[in-house]
Amino acid sequence: MAVLTLLQGFVAAIGAAVLGLCQSTGALAIFAASGVRHIFVPPWYPTELGRQLLRIGYFSLPVVGLTTLFTGGALALQVYSGGARFNAESVVPNIVAIAMTRELGPVLVGLMVAGRVSTSIAAELATMRVTEQIDALTTLSTNPMKYLVAPRLLAAVIVMPILAFIGDVIGILGGFLVGVARLDFSPGTYINTTYNFLTLGDVTSGLIKAAVFGFIIALMGCYAGYNSGRGAQGVGGATRSSVVVASILILASNYFLTEALFGT
Amino acid sequence: MTAKIDMSGVKKSFGSKHILRDLNLSVEPGKSLVIIGGSGTGKSVTLKCVLGILAPDAGTIRVDGEDVTHARGRAREVQLDKFGMLFQGGALFDSLPVWQNVSFRLLQGKRRKTKDEAREIAIEKLRRVGLTPDVADQFPAELSGGMQKRVGLARAIAAEPEIIFFDEPTTGLDPIMADVINDLIREIVVEMGATAMTITHDMTSVRKIADRVAMLHEGVIQWEGPVAEIDTTDNPYVHQFVNGLPEGPIEAIR
Repeated sequence: MAVLTLLQGFVAAIGAAVLGLCQSTGALAIFAASGVRHIFVPPWYPTELGRQLLRIGYFSLPVVGLTTLFTGGALALQVYSGGARFNAESVVPNIVAIAMTRELGPVLVGLMVAGRVSTSIAAELATMRVTEQIDALTTLSTNPMKYLVAPRLLAAVIVMPILAFIGDVIGILGGFLVGVARLDFSPGTYINTTYNFLTLGDVTSGLIKAAVFGFIIALMGCYAGYNSGRGAQGVGGATRSSVVVASILILASNYFLTEALFGT
Repeated sequence: MTAKIDMSGVKKSFGSKHILRDLNLSVEPGKSLVIIGGSGTGKSVTLKCVLGILAPDAGTIRVDGEDVTHARGRAREVQLDKFGMLFQGGALFDSLPVWQNVSFRLLQGKRRKTKDEAREIAIEKLRRVGLTPDVADQFPAELSGGMQKRVGLARAIAAEPEIIFFDEPTTGLDPIMADVINDLIREIVVEMGATAMTITHDMTSVRKIADRVAMLHEGVIQWEGPVAEIDTTDNPYVHQFVNGLPEGPIEAIR
């Protein structure tokens, strides 16, 4: 009898967790659909969009530049020492270029921007929720989904491919600097090899990924903030869950996007 | 005469917590109704149901005779254009300077005005609530609590609403500032001819700004009547609340 009760409790716990997951996935999907719809339906708030473009894009540049510069450099060292095992040291420019544009550029930029932007959006909207600013928007005949969520989603989707492209360039530059200064490549050869090797598809696939990551970053920040609990703890919880879920979704969706873009 | 706001049989629960059980309440045009009651009795929920921020589980809410219980989208926006609301904590947008807060409604939507016009109106409204024009370019975080309340009041009246809601207008203010805000509310409501609905537990406020008073307890209006009668009524709830007695039908948790 006791075993049966225990078993029942166990199954019930699994059931509750699954139901909870289904419920929050559904709520997130409805939130996302509503946010996207408001991007296309007027009225629009261009000032808000501009503000978000600046905040998500421009102010993320230092983080993006530093991250990709050092990663590109480290990658060049690794590929050189790894390649040396089968006398393929010369593939450094090729591997750095392809790895940066297809994978590391978008993913690293995505994760760094998630840490910077998802959290700040979540904290901002959660504070607005807690201090009734979101309710105040409604009473001023302004739809908060339109005024707060739509501009953030759109700005992130516009800006992330640009950031990822800048990240690609700086990452390749990092590889180039290390290649030339430490690994005895001639500058001309390095640039030529990179240029001749890269295809348009390598770059655009990375930029498509970046746009998807941008959507995830803004969506998770907005969703967590918009549905925040009460008080300081609510704001903290929203911030934490936004960055955790955004990062996991970025890494998971990266796999599936790679499968879709390059899978055979 | 049709009531400006009419709520009948309104119910609202959150999970197993029944906040509004069967709320019936109406406000005549141009009158000021104050809802009193302890914390957590559903005063804020009542206001939010009328504004459409929360959807009631049952019952109907009419504004100017029109059923707005489940109005959404455009229909809701048209309704909300009639309303102004002063939030308890001000709820000013901290990313915008004071003047853009005050004239927020005039800077977007179909009643959009030019920036200069909107700013002029904002300064005029700030002056109406006793603030000088130099406040206009400051940010809400730079202001004291009393000033934030005034800016909130200026925002609530900026678009000349027909109905104004006040959510605990004097909470968190010193007695003198509270008195000033009460006077302002009374003056403004009278001079605009607006219908007002206020929730508070501050009896000084009640006596100053109410035409009629409704006592909310356990999700039901226990008593409703003119403000002059709050001291003479034999309703045990009102008697206990007005006099702040520990003994009575309202259980105090110690």
